Amino acid sequence: MTDTETTIRKLAAERILVLDGAMGTMIQQRKFSEADFRAERFKDWGHDLKGNNDLLILTQPDAIREIHLEYFRAGADIVETNTFSSTTIAQADYGMEALAYELNVEGAKLARQAADIAEKEDGRPRFVAGAIGPTNRTASISPDVNNPGFRAVTFDDLAAAYGEAARGLIDGGADLILIETIFDTLNAKAAVFAIEELYAELGRRLPVMISGTITDLSGRTLSGQTPTAFWNALSHARPISVGLNCALGAKEMRAHIAELARVADTLICAYPNAGLPNEFGLYDESPEAMAELVGEFADAGLVNIVGGCCGTTPAHIAAIAQAVKGKAPRKIPDIAPKMRLSGLEPFEMTAA
Amino acid sequence: MTSAASRFVNVGERTNVTGSAKFRKLITNGDYAAALDVAREQVENGAQILDVNMDEGLLDSEKAMTEFLNLVASEPDIARVPVMIDSSKWSVIEAGLKCVQGKPIVNSISLKEGEEAFLHYARKVRAYGAAVVVMAFDETGQADTFARKTEICARAYKILTEQVGFPPEDIVFDPNVFAVATGIEEHANYGVDFIEATKWIRENLPHAHISGGVSNLSFAFRGNEPVRAAMHSVFLYHAIAVGMDMGIVNAGALPVYDDIDPELRDLAEDVVLNRRSDATDRLLAAADRFKGGKAEARVVDNKWRDQPVEKRLEHALVHGVTEFIETDTEEARQKAERPLHVIEGPLMAGMNVVGDLFGSGKMFLPQVVKSARVMKQAVAYLMPFMEEEKRLNGGSERSSAGKILMATVKGDVHDIGKNIVGVVLQCNNYEVIDLGVMAPVQKIIAAAREHKVDVIGLSGLITPSLDEMVTVASELEREGFDVPLLIGGATTSKIHTAVKIHPAYERGQAVYVLDASRAVGVVSQLLSNDNKAAYVAGIQADYARLAEQHARAQEDKARAPIASARANRMALDLSKVQPKPSFLGTKVLKSIPLETLIPYIDWTPFFSTWELRGRYPDILTDEKQGEAARSLYEDATAMLRQMAEEKWLEARAVIGFWPAAARGDDIVLFTDDTRTQELATLHTLRQQMARGKDRPNLALADFVAPEGSGVPDYVGGFAVTAGIGEEAVAQRFARANDDYGGILAKALADRLAEAAAEWMHAEVRKTHWGYAPGEALSNDDLIAEKYDGVRPAPGYPAQPDHTEKGALFDLLDAPEAIGLTLTESYAMWPGSAVSGLYFSHPDSRYFGLGKIDRDQVADYAARKGYALDVMEKWLAPVLNYDPVRAAKIAAE
Repeated sequence: MTDTETTIRKLAAERILVLDGAMGTMIQQRKFSEADFRAERFKDWGHDLKGNNDLLILTQPDAIREIHLEYFRAGADIVETNTFSSTTIAQADYGMEALAYELNVEGAKLARQAADIAEKEDGRPRFVAGAIGPTNRTASISPDVNNPGFRAVTFDDLAAAYGEAARGLIDGGADLILIETIFDTLNAKAAVFAIEELYAELGRRLPVMISGTITDLSGRTLSGQTPTAFWNALSHARPISVGLNCALGAKEMRAHIAELARVADTLICAYPNAGLPNEFGLYDESPEAMAELVGEFADAGLVNIVGGCCGTTPAHIAAIAQAVKGKAPRKIPDIAPKMRLSGLEPFEMTAA
Repeated sequence: MTSAASRFVNVGERTNVTGSAKFRKLITNGDYAAALDVAREQVENGAQILDVNMDEGLLDSEKAMTEFLNLVASEPDIARVPVMIDSSKWSVIEAGLKCVQGKPIVNSISLKEGEEAFLHYARKVRAYGAAVVVMAFDETGQADTFARKTEICARAYKILTEQVGFPPEDIVFDPNVFAVATGIEEHANYGVDFIEATKWIRENLPHAHISGGVSNLSFAFRGNEPVRAAMHSVFLYHAIAVGMDMGIVNAGALPVYDDIDPELRDLAEDVVLNRRSDATDRLLAAADRFKGGKAEARVVDNKWRDQPVEKRLEHALVHGVTEFIETDTEEARQKAERPLHVIEGPLMAGMNVVGDLFGSGKMFLPQVVKSARVMKQAVAYLMPFMEEEKRLNGGSERSSAGKILMATVKGDVHDIGKNIVGVVLQCNNYEVIDLGVMAPVQKIIAAAREHKVDVIGLSGLITPSLDEMVTVASELEREGFDVPLLIGGATTSKIHTAVKIHPAYERGQAVYVLDASRAVGVVSQLLSNDNKAAYVAGIQADYARLAEQHARAQEDKARAPIASARANRMALDLSKVQPKPSFLGTKVLKSIPLETLIPYIDWTPFFSTWELRGRYPDILTDEKQGEAARSLYEDATAMLRQMAEEKWLEARAVIGFWPAAARGDDIVLFTDDTRTQELATLHTLRQQMARGKDRPNLALADFVAPEGSGVPDYVGGFAVTAGIGEEAVAQRFARANDDYGGILAKALADRLAEAAAEWMHAEVRKTHWGYAPGEALSNDDLIAEKYDGVRPAPGYPAQPDHTEKGALFDLLDAPEAIGLTLTESYAMWPGSAVSGLYFSHPDSRYFGLGKIDRDQVADYAARKGYALDVMEKWLAPVLNYDPVRAAKIAAE
């Protein structure tokens, strides 16, 4: 076990830890223009860059650091780097594949700088989770309905892209790696594979957090897995936490978090959206309403780490931190060692 | 069934190209939609895990695995269950692992390639997030006994859990289900070994699971489904009770243990649990009564006898049945205008069917050779009629597709491969003139001229034969021949043919033929008026390219100077030098009972002689070749029994031990323990590849305590033969027109000679030298060389110099002692023989000399008293330089 993992596990045994909220929402509030996204360095770039939020790490670093700090000050123990799309695959949309590594290094540095400031302010340890998003391609779903065997991306492509991102995050000083918003488990398996290879090469490990996405009320990932099948497929990463984020509000997420809390012998992390989007496509659940729902997760003993995804702000995180304060964290259950496999559904060898 | 049985996991086996002919066909035809239906049906019928296997020689297995799994991923009703990614090739497994989002099982990895490879695969399996089936297989082979199964599984478990951090609950052991009731005594306990190993593993390796391919168990009863099902059911009943919890078997289709006819159940249980020595015989005797439907005893299916005579002849040829051949041939003769027409009509038509089946991989070599036996007997029957006809009216000769001269070259005595090629060619209507073994070039040329042959085929097994083939090629060139020259045999290669033989025979065309199955194709191309030119042009282009590559590669191989190679010799651990042998001098053993040797036979090379590639006993259950292999194996074991009972062959051995000391790269032998008078010198060669400190440059001399070390050491020598009587046997089969029997007998004699060497070595270790009196090893362990000491033979990788046999044969007085002599190429005669040295030091081992440089060859020649160019000729295959070019440079 790494030192960071020991520290976090010790903290998590005492209380429920708090993760930050949405980065995108906070960036939108700042209403950056195309020119702000470009800054001096990319003023002549051949693609439109507005919307490439990760690029702000390089062009508006102060704003990004500020957002991290706001979340720390709101009560977050862990913030995520602004690197959700900082892979060669996702940056290809902007012709910025070559910047992937740099984005991860600098993204981790900014978050770590904010963490250092926050630690100095109140003496509480803070952690930076290097975020690795799913990319915009799926390894086990064909984008062409007429050709179900076709794949727009291979396991090897993904592993290479994720490996580079993770290397940047580690070089930039991230404390954990967070594989998040997993809607195709095979993508996440490629990330785990790449990270394991990287750890073997570096001779040290960072704790890994895994967060899947149940895309709709069917209770399955986009690629069709149930939460337990998802856990079985990724438990080999020995993550410090497993959980869910995005797509659902806390209310809709609860049953699936409860399922994971039953089957996973590691920390459970939930960071839902601020409700389901309204008719304008906006998330409008109030901090108080969301905090009440998440607080109930804690009452029911379902969670160890909580935070927010789309639509959440420092106000939400402050309310959530307040709601879980003093509540006992979920106790990690003793799960008997059995062979647990999965397809879309879980399979367990019942023989002892 | 028991409650344990309800936990038994049924792995769907139909999406496996090696287990399902239907699925294989769908995949090879690219009908993935129908292949998906097979998978869907499996899941609908309750398969909890889907085994996917694409190991088929003609498939791009990685691609098929990827494509099929990607398609499965798009079918939620199939993809809901986990996949078992099944392949014997790691690359295929890895391709599969990259396609599944769930957690699969890998089937399988093992210690077969050693610990390092095992660790590598295991870590990868873990990084991909899969569970794993581990076969009880290690560097020395597949585990058959309880001791081997448990030892290997325990070792794998320890490595996986301690070094890889593999969760023990994700490990499934497959301790190998082998066939029982095969009639071979060593196989009788295989069922018990599996069951006991299962119990032991479950008790001693916590959380690990047990799986197995159950259908192997009963292959002796193929065709009798009720008996097979009963055996499987009984086996599973006992195996599941002690913890087997997974199996690639349709458990649902098996009869419930309690529902099996009690008599059959008892008989099957006797066999599976090896409860009585006559269990197999009793089950065999009763088997037909349980065959289902027809209760009457099994009758040979003679329906084919009702067909017209042409069809009957075809059937007899395809199935190798000689029983009715004379009757049928006679009937055909009476129908035909002339006896010749029987050959050119129905018999050739039948052989064409055989040729087509062989060409398309549906018949295998042993079956083809059996067909040839039928053909020869039919022709032999017709001969007197044809001669009578010729006497009366001078009727025409039989027309053949072409005349082929076959010979094993001078100095070489090995002819099994050549005989097989001859038979295959005859099957395809070529006339074969066989000059036998040790054919000098003059004899080859005279025969080629006399018979006006269309093609000449040369064969050889030992390395000096390579040079002799070059000689034959140059002589053919000089004598103005232009017929194609085929080159084949174990020591030959495409590269040697391209670089050495082809340039020596410019007027004709030398062609390397990999094996008997290629011979007909090559010859028919070479004799085709339409295709010959294009075919020959293709070969020449290929050989030119190879020769160029070879020339380029030659320049790159840096060798260590012999002085530095010697400085990097292996320092012998003198504390481990073995004690003195029980006697010094030689000892002769005659009439070694063949029964003693039979258990020592290594069957794998026997099958490869017949171009059936695969490891014994797996080859017997191989999906493609299994039937041919089993039939061959039955014939072979029957002939072995007869050989032993009727004493067709005599096995003899002579062994000797002498006081010895290493002197540089040589080994000096002394007359007695005073070590004052030298008896002989054995010369050895040293590896010259660039090596680091951690890996020494070995020579056999390194395995003997050096002169002046003060530690007395010894070296042994041996020569064994199982070929006394071999020629008489071969002639007897030749007279009966039974090529199949003849080749079989020779192949068995070769195996018996190897077995004799293995047995003799064990006896030496245990008794004659006696440094390992308590040694108890299985035949697999012996094959895998799991003992102290080695027995390298001159002419083999550690000492490629055949001439070293000279000194050895003198020391042993082998010609006088056991009737074993050497040809001018230092081949042993009779051919079924093995000779070599005994080294006893525990650190001694087999190694390959690799290529050596001129500095060592010159020094070696001087030590042996040979001229450099003569020495270079004997060492040609291991020279790291072109001797002609080197001599020129040296002269300048």
